[in-house]
Amino acid sequence: MKWYLTADDPGKVCLLQGNEAIVRGAVEAGINFAASYPGSPSSQVLGMLGEIAEERGFYAEWSANEICAIQACFGASLANARSICVVKQNGLFLMADALHCGAQHGVKGGLVIVTSDDPDAHSSTNEFDSRHTAKTANIPMLEPTTIQEAKDMVPYAFELSEKLRQVVIIRLTTRVCHGRSNVALGELPKEIRKISNVGEWDRLTCVNFMHKPMLDKLDKAEEIFETCEYNRIEGPDFSENLVICGGTGRLYAKEAIKRLGAEEKVTLMSLATIWPIPRKYVLDRMKAAKRVLVVEEVDPVIEDAIAALAGREGINIKIMGRGTGDMVRIGELNQDKAEDGIRKLLDMGPRTPDKPVADLPAREMNFCAGCPHRATFYVLKRVLRMEKVYGCSIGDIGCYFMQGQNGGFYSNQMDNCMGSGINVAEGLGQLTKYGLDQKVITVCGDSTFFHSIIPGLISAKFNMSNVILMILDNSATAMTGFQPHPGCDVTAMGKPTQPISIEAIVRAIGIEPVVADPFDIDDAVAKLRGLTKKDGTQVIIMRQPCATLMSKRVKVKKRVYVDQSVCFGDDCGCNRFCSRVWGCPGNSWDFKAGKAVIDTVSCVGCGVCAKLCPSGAIKVEGGEE
Amino acid sequence: MKKFSHDPLNIVICGIGGQGNVLASEIVASTMNDMGYKVAVGETYGAAQRGGSVMSHVRVSSEEEMAVLIPSGEAHIIIGFEPLETLRIARKYANKETFIVYDNRPVYPGGVLKGIMEYPQEGAVEEEIESLCGKAYVIPAADIATEAGDSRSANIALLGAFSKLPGAPLGTDELREILKQRFKGAVLEMNLKAFEKGCETVKEEE
Repeated sequence: MKWYLTADDPGKVCLLQGNEAIVRGAVEAGINFAASYPGSPSSQVLGMLGEIAEERGFYAEWSANEICAIQACFGASLANARSICVVKQNGLFLMADALHCGAQHGVKGGLVIVTSDDPDAHSSTNEFDSRHTAKTANIPMLEPTTIQEAKDMVPYAFELSEKLRQVVIIRLTTRVCHGRSNVALGELPKEIRKISNVGEWDRLTCVNFMHKPMLDKLDKAEEIFETCEYNRIEGPDFSENLVICGGTGRLYAKEAIKRLGAEEKVTLMSLATIWPIPRKYVLDRMKAAKRVLVVEEVDPVIEDAIAALAGREGINIKIMGRGTGDMVRIGELNQDKAEDGIRKLLDMGPRTPDKPVADLPAREMNFCAGCPHRATFYVLKRVLRMEKVYGCSIGDIGCYFMQGQNGGFYSNQMDNCMGSGINVAEGLGQLTKYGLDQKVITVCGDSTFFHSIIPGLISAKFNMSNVILMILDNSATAMTGFQPHPGCDVTAMGKPTQPISIEAIVRAIGIEPVVADPFDIDDAVAKLRGLTKKDGTQVIIMRQPCATLMSKRVKVKKRVYVDQSVCFGDDCGCNRFCSRVWGCPGNSWDFKAGKAVIDTVSCVGCGVCAKLCPSGAIKVEGGEE
Repeated sequence: MKKFSHDPLNIVICGIGGQGNVLASEIVASTMNDMGYKVAVGETYGAAQRGGSVMSHVRVSSEEEMAVLIPSGEAHIIIGFEPLETLRIARKYANKETFIVYDNRPVYPGGVLKGIMEYPQEGAVEEEIESLCGKAYVIPAADIATEAGDSRSANIALLGAFSKLPGAPLGTDELREILKQRFKGAVLEMNLKAFEKGCETVKEEE
């Protein structure tokens, strides 16, 4: 545990990661309750909260999904608890109904949602913008520009939430979550907020007559935001050239302005209050300016809001940003991109373009060395190819998303969002009765199974769809860093609990699951092939723990090596099966010898490649669990 | 407080997921924070899978507030765990005054092993890195670490070389003290061995 998360040392300056800053902020706010489902870049927050929950007297849980998490927080709020819900952009969208209803009924104890967007999709399949949700749900939203502000905004957001009796959202982006910077610690609360029993006449109900009070709360928020200390002006107080920034945009723009020597020519406004926009505050500067450039992450949210404002007020002003194409339309910001925009704002002409150079080979995402998913997709691809017509394979969200890439033998044809696989496959499976002449197979991980697969499996079984669900059970939420899920035996707070059996759930739905070990390739192929001969909804559980998790448990790993006197190299006829086809990072090629070699740094000693080498040149020795 | 050759001083640490990149950046950054400097660190590591390109930006200043990313062409020091990754970063962030310490042992991308992509010809990567910066030092960090007892100490060997660079924000003695606070027993011994060897590599060249 990191001492600075709970240290009673106000003013002490520590190096904090953005995710740690949120944890520290929650501690300083004196939360009672925390719930989350892991999603990068903010996955680490609840894990850390779980570790310190007991010490600080609050409750923390990994919920089965984000809807469970936010609604549990609403429940806690009804008993006057301060609760925090941590999600990523997709999680926020998943809980949309709960959120819109929640905004209409409001809260009692403060409720703050921390959502993390992932511009450039570093660890996502998309770069969606959470800020739209604040607008559609009528919820106040804040966005910090530094890691210090990320911490400070948590207690501020709780106070605001209780003042308004409304949910407040803090939007982060990857560079804040995964960035580190100096943070001065604040004071710890003297005492934790008291939980109160739910009174007979307490009400948090989503009914339409709450529509007006909800809008009144938004007006009140705007009034508060007009003087919010997190909104600020740098450079000349008023000028012809106005740059309005959201989030990380502020520091990028500030550095770009300095690099251009334009400090005296540009007014830099940073808006921390993303929604509602403090109209008076913005209009004052806009009226003095001739041109405005908006520097914000992902979509033109602030840009569109101020454009609407200028139109309504009849101000003749040029508005530039991502929406007009004066800033890049996609991808995350940096100083160079901010400079491009500011050069346009100031009519300075473009930067000298980079000299064109030959591309360097990229490092494509791949399954880790020894990952059971590689074996699973090898099995799947083999079975799909055994059919008269190549089968249809539908993916889902987890590490196994890489099924569609080289590492997964390009073995999927569709991937929508988390929990979608079974539903997409259910639809296709129905069409097998109307002319679709293919086997339909879909996959999901163990954590995804609990998150959002169960209703889809029920729907498929009830409606008698011809579909096979492969559950890739690696005993972990591996992609986001091994958070426990309902199939595990320990909670976020480290308490032992009874794991929920995937088999029992599948059986209760009326399907007898087949269990296979992906590392036993021939047996797994036979079992999956057997299921393709059957009609109806079928389930196969591919069970083998995550390699990274296992390598932490193994005392002495097995030694896997290539006996180069047995390897025929390019004369074998296997087309370098181990390093080219199998593609495990542990399987490399000795270009000097022209033979296979094991990269002993990467290899975790699973030994599966030894079973697949046609000449038996890969050997396995020793090992101790 | 020591004045730097550049303020903010920008350092990029690059390599492949699992090589100890993040730990190296964290050691430098938290030490500079404890010494009272302003620090900003940006880590790019994408999805959790190992083996992809990773980089950390570490920025240090005596007064200024900084974004967590370094603007292109403004790295003063680059620490590279792998030649291809070092070149990738040098192309974007190096300038004619940049110092580079890097391990030239290649780790082939999957695409190269599969025959879909081509690895640059032998010597071409080193040559281009030289041409892009002020001075580049080749440090056989993985070999040093393996000799010291574990290939995972390669990051510490590179930190040793880094501490010898003119303009490094932390000297050899300061970094050695930090290692002694951070590690214990056999791990410390191994790391110190790798560290000293790393230091020597830069000394010998001078």
